[in-house]
Amino acid sequence: MSVDLATVRRIAHLSRISVSEDEAPHLQNELNAILGFVEELNSVDVTGVEPMTSVLPMRMKKRVDEITDGYIQQKVLANAPAREDGFFVVPKVIE
Amino acid sequence: MTDLTRLTLAQARDGLKAKEFTSVELTQAHVDAVARAKSLNAYIVETPEKALDMAKASDAKLAKGEGGALEGLPLGIKDLYCTEGVQTTAASHILEGFIPQYESTVTSNLWRDGAVMLGKLNLDEFAMGSSNETSYFGPVVSPWRRKNSDAKIVPGGSSGGSSAAVAAHLCLGATATDTGGSIRQPAAFTGTVGIKPTYGRCSRWGIVAFASSLDQAGPIARTVRDAAIMLRSMAGHDVKDTTSVDAPVPDYEQAIGASVKGKVIGIPREYRLDGMSPEIAALWDQGVAWLKAAGAEIREISLPHTKHALPAYYIVAPAEASSNLARYDGIRYGLRKTGKDIVDLYEKTRAEGFGKEVRRRIMIGTYVLSAGYYDAYYLRAQKIRTLIKRDFDLAYESGVDAILTPATPSPAFAQGEKGSADPVEMYLNDVFTVTVNMAGLPGLVVPAGLSSDGLPLGLQLIGRPFEEETLFSLGEAIEQAAPKIVLPEPWWG
Repeated sequence: MSVDLATVRRIAHLSRISVSEDEAPHLQNELNAILGFVEELNSVDVTGVEPMTSVLPMRMKKRVDEITDGYIQQKVLANAPAREDGFFVVPKVIE
Repeated sequence: MTDLTRLTLAQARDGLKAKEFTSVELTQAHVDAVARAKSLNAYIVETPEKALDMAKASDAKLAKGEGGALEGLPLGIKDLYCTEGVQTTAASHILEGFIPQYESTVTSNLWRDGAVMLGKLNLDEFAMGSSNETSYFGPVVSPWRRKNSDAKIVPGGSSGGSSAAVAAHLCLGATATDTGGSIRQPAAFTGTVGIKPTYGRCSRWGIVAFASSLDQAGPIARTVRDAAIMLRSMAGHDVKDTTSVDAPVPDYEQAIGASVKGKVIGIPREYRLDGMSPEIAALWDQGVAWLKAAGAEIREISLPHTKHALPAYYIVAPAEASSNLARYDGIRYGLRKTGKDIVDLYEKTRAEGFGKEVRRRIMIGTYVLSAGYYDAYYLRAQKIRTLIKRDFDLAYESGVDAILTPATPSPAFAQGEKGSADPVEMYLNDVFTVTVNMAGLPGLVVPAGLSSDGLPLGLQLIGRPFEEETLFSLGEAIEQAAPKIVLPEPWWG
């Protein structure tokens, strides 16, 4: 399977990564090289094979459902590039 | 006094206990070595003051005859582990300036046991790479050089800062992580020891996520014993990581020196690739001879799905990465570029914040997970993982204790030599290591010799799930038998 330029732009948008007009053809080549590399997997018979979920059969250990932290607003906001009055600041999303 | 950076971690530990020197002296020697070695670019952030404070605290404990298993021992930390109050970047522009408000579980375990932090080690951006050339903070240079050449050699990747720092005596040992070979390939390239433990042995909490079903923490050190000592402190169950395993952590150091007589070593015929370099083939044969001489029984085995592991990895890993890296949005932390609306902000931030290889892998991952392709790619790859794992299960059920393979298809290469035209060329470095991540098994790499141009070569031992001890015993047998390889005189300062 290979991707065309329109698909490259669509994937870039789904990935939320802007791609310039110059970059798109390079990316198309690179993505197609990788997709070509993985193509051989189509030759493997996987009928009746379950997808792998764990190294050893074991039950996932669940922790107790309890409150373990809170009141850490300053820590949560400490690395935000834009903050105001205890909130993250984003561009207007609702008109 | 002899140069304290020449000691192994175990020797330094014993020297501190015997009060031959203090942790402050030991730490200062390493701080000075780090400061002289800027040309290697192994550290992104150096924390000398923190290191000396921690060393003083350790000295106080040691003076009272107290202290943990790593008391007073200076280590380097891969900059993928969140360290409270110390910048953590994953070697990405998008996380430049990020100061974690919490400590990863593995590093917490190290500090609990008394270790001292020298700083944060360089890596490939988000651990995506095999040469440490994708770091936003520049490539790491290996302390090794080819004979009669001063070309800059790569230290492997993604844990290239860890491997270079350990090889160049800029720390006693280092933390690393391994998603497709990122502990073992750099260890092989630098003549150091690296172990990727069984998936679930170490907590992933607080380690910047790449591919969650493959990522595992482990140490790089200069001897098998040192790696065993470090892993014991790093490993253990953690309620904050539901994939971490609630099983006792053995005293791995006890496995050092245990007899390997009668152990059955599998030699997988599928690893003898067409066009394998004669040098690598000879090294592998030599490893077989060493283990045989130590009393092990050698048995040829077949792992028929081996050749599918690397392509399947390049579906699973990018798919999981595209999901994990969705969190870097320019809102909550890290880089932010302004845009005309929120989507434009995301797209500009991520285009500028992520490097080329990371953008490429996010896009491949997005594609294989996109509507209509999930079953054909991701689900199929996860089924192929089951087949890869079943190959190993059958070998182990037939009585094989561990499997011996080369670590890498070639010795280290020079900067810029690989992957610039075709990304797949770089991916092929992981052909011998990636199967182990796909199956979730433990893998240990030990130095075994030098290439014709004077660069280190390693052998890999693959074990049964949670039987790291067997790997340490066998690894030490190879270490004892192999010729001692000697690093060039410190040209880096």
